Amino acid sequence: MKVITANRLLNGDVVWLGDNRGWVERITLAKVFEGKDAVAEGLSQGAEGEKNQEVVGVYEMDVTVEEGVIVPVRLREKIRAAGPTTHPDFGKQAQAVSV
Amino acid sequence: MYRYDEFDASFVNQRTEQFKDQVRRRLAGELSEDEFKPLRLMNGLYLQLHAYMLRVAIPYGTLNGRQMRKLAHIARTYDKGYGHFTTRQNIQFNWPKLEDTPKILEELAEVEMHAIQTSGNCIRNVTADHFAGAAADEIADPRPYAEILRQWSSLHPEFSFLPRKFKIAITGAPNDRAAVQVHDIGLQLARNAEGEIGFVVFVGGGLGRTPMIGRKVRDFLPEEDLLAYSEAILRVYNRYGRRDNKYKARIKILVHETGLDELKADIEAEFEKIRFGVLRLPDEEVRRIEAYFAPPPLEVGASTSHTVEARKASDAAFAQFAAHNLNPHRVPGYTSVTLSMKPIGGIPGDASDAQMDVIADLAEKYGQDEIRISHEQNVILPHVKLDDLPALFDQLVAAEIAEGNAGLVTDIIACPGMDYCALATARSIPVAQRISERFGAAERQAEIGELKIKISGCINACGHHHVGHIGILGLEKKGEEFYQVTLGGSANENASIGEIVGRGFSSDEVVDAIEKLVDTYVGLRSGKEETFLEAYRRVGEAPFKEALYGAA
Repeated sequence: MKVITANRLLNGDVVWLGDNRGWVERITLAKVFEGKDAVAEGLSQGAEGEKNQEVVGVYEMDVTVEEGVIVPVRLREKIRAAGPTTHPDFGKQAQAVSV
Repeated sequence: MYRYDEFDASFVNQRTEQFKDQVRRRLAGELSEDEFKPLRLMNGLYLQLHAYMLRVAIPYGTLNGRQMRKLAHIARTYDKGYGHFTTRQNIQFNWPKLEDTPKILEELAEVEMHAIQTSGNCIRNVTADHFAGAAADEIADPRPYAEILRQWSSLHPEFSFLPRKFKIAITGAPNDRAAVQVHDIGLQLARNAEGEIGFVVFVGGGLGRTPMIGRKVRDFLPEEDLLAYSEAILRVYNRYGRRDNKYKARIKILVHETGLDELKADIEAEFEKIRFGVLRLPDEEVRRIEAYFAPPPLEVGASTSHTVEARKASDAAFAQFAAHNLNPHRVPGYTSVTLSMKPIGGIPGDASDAQMDVIADLAEKYGQDEIRISHEQNVILPHVKLDDLPALFDQLVAAEIAEGNAGLVTDIIACPGMDYCALATARSIPVAQRISERFGAAERQAEIGELKIKISGCINACGHHHVGHIGILGLEKKGEEFYQVTLGGSANENASIGEIVGRGFSSDEVVDAIEKLVDTYVGLRSGKEETFLEAYRRVGEAPFKEALYGAA
């Protein structure tokens, strides 16, 4: 299972490709792609976002879905999804909104 | 301190204008990311895990109160209220927005600062001994030469597209505090029999995935030949350095693959062609630059201060600070003070905007308005009157930068690691924090004595782990963080690359492993005066290995 991720061009924020080709700020809102073809399609949607100056550095990353919640497989992606482990007050983990 | 002349001011302003336009074109879609990336990197702007990162140059680690206050302002206004001092004596901001960066560069230019050549395959910010111009053991202040190298290397058209990045370090003292032997070019000031100033020149040192100690190519390079010889080295590297493989592109690989004698001959041949040309340094020009670094007028005082001695007797924390955070000054009655950016359990090298403001104030009040950043990620006030130490210390305590741990086990170098860096394979900072907590008790640190622990979160070695007395390299193994430990590294005049002691440790195990190493050292040292490194060099790795892995 994969999601497509990138950083926003303007401010560098971590984003994931959501439904309707939009970029979302929380991994829980990302669209999950299964299978080679679906992932390729996701990446090509991501490439559009790059072309439109929305995002940079599009790539796919492994996730699992645990009790309906999308969880990154690699620690690197867990840190990207949350923020620096050394600064719980910064990054997405600091934003009060829960989804 | 060096002041920008009209050339510097105009090129920094030009560059800021250019970058502003490049950002505009990027946002308008006129430049693709592939086109823009090299441009932003040339201006110190990276994209990391969570955000952009702007690396601002602090040439040879020297700045004044006004400049530090500007860094505080940038941290407060455009970032999240802090900055991070790096092992190249620079500062990094971890959260700037792309659209704000032209404005940040404009603000920096107001105080003669910039981010030029803090990234990319060019000659990077020249680093120097952080006690330069103050240290008692100094032959001469290395900063005028660092400044001359800065002027020569800034926007040098021939060296803007080198095979890979290129780092130069210079020290003015026989005790090397600038790690010159692990730089692409390392310069050590020396005097010849006639009393003239020159340089011992090392080439091809470096860390990263292939660590190497620099090889000596000149015992004494006359002052006037500094630029011509440096240019000759760069030309040989630019011509023969490998461009086919990024990982083999540094000059150290060229030295290794070509052989020292042949490469030296190439350098000397190139040097002969240009030594009497425009790059020959006129004496009056060196003296003119030197005048910018003229020492502040310091009144000679008594070499011991009653105020300091009295306070030491009554205040253990002050005594600890005085024992570890002072470096002998060439003027009696003065000292160089290390402000530790390594609070116990804190993040090595991080400073809040409020702390930066305090440092600026204290530098102006007690330190002749001079500040240095060390490659060990601390801040130095190089010229402090001994009698002022108690008052200074009280204000450092209030700002939480008064830890008396310079050079001790908790004075850890750590790269940003996977908490920020897109290249990292493991976290560095949390390991540094846990080690710091484990050894944080003042008496225990003092008992252990000098011990340099350096942590990198990937093989690129920004945390200098290869030259840590104890080095820790964070890797990823089966999706988990995994730490490899090296012993016996050193970046001083007796430089050495640490050796891997055995299999690595999980994140949970690594701090215990470090404690075992430290306890083993304390148990076997010949006396308190034998440091960890000396003991390791005397007994070798066997007892340490046994402590970690049991008898073979």
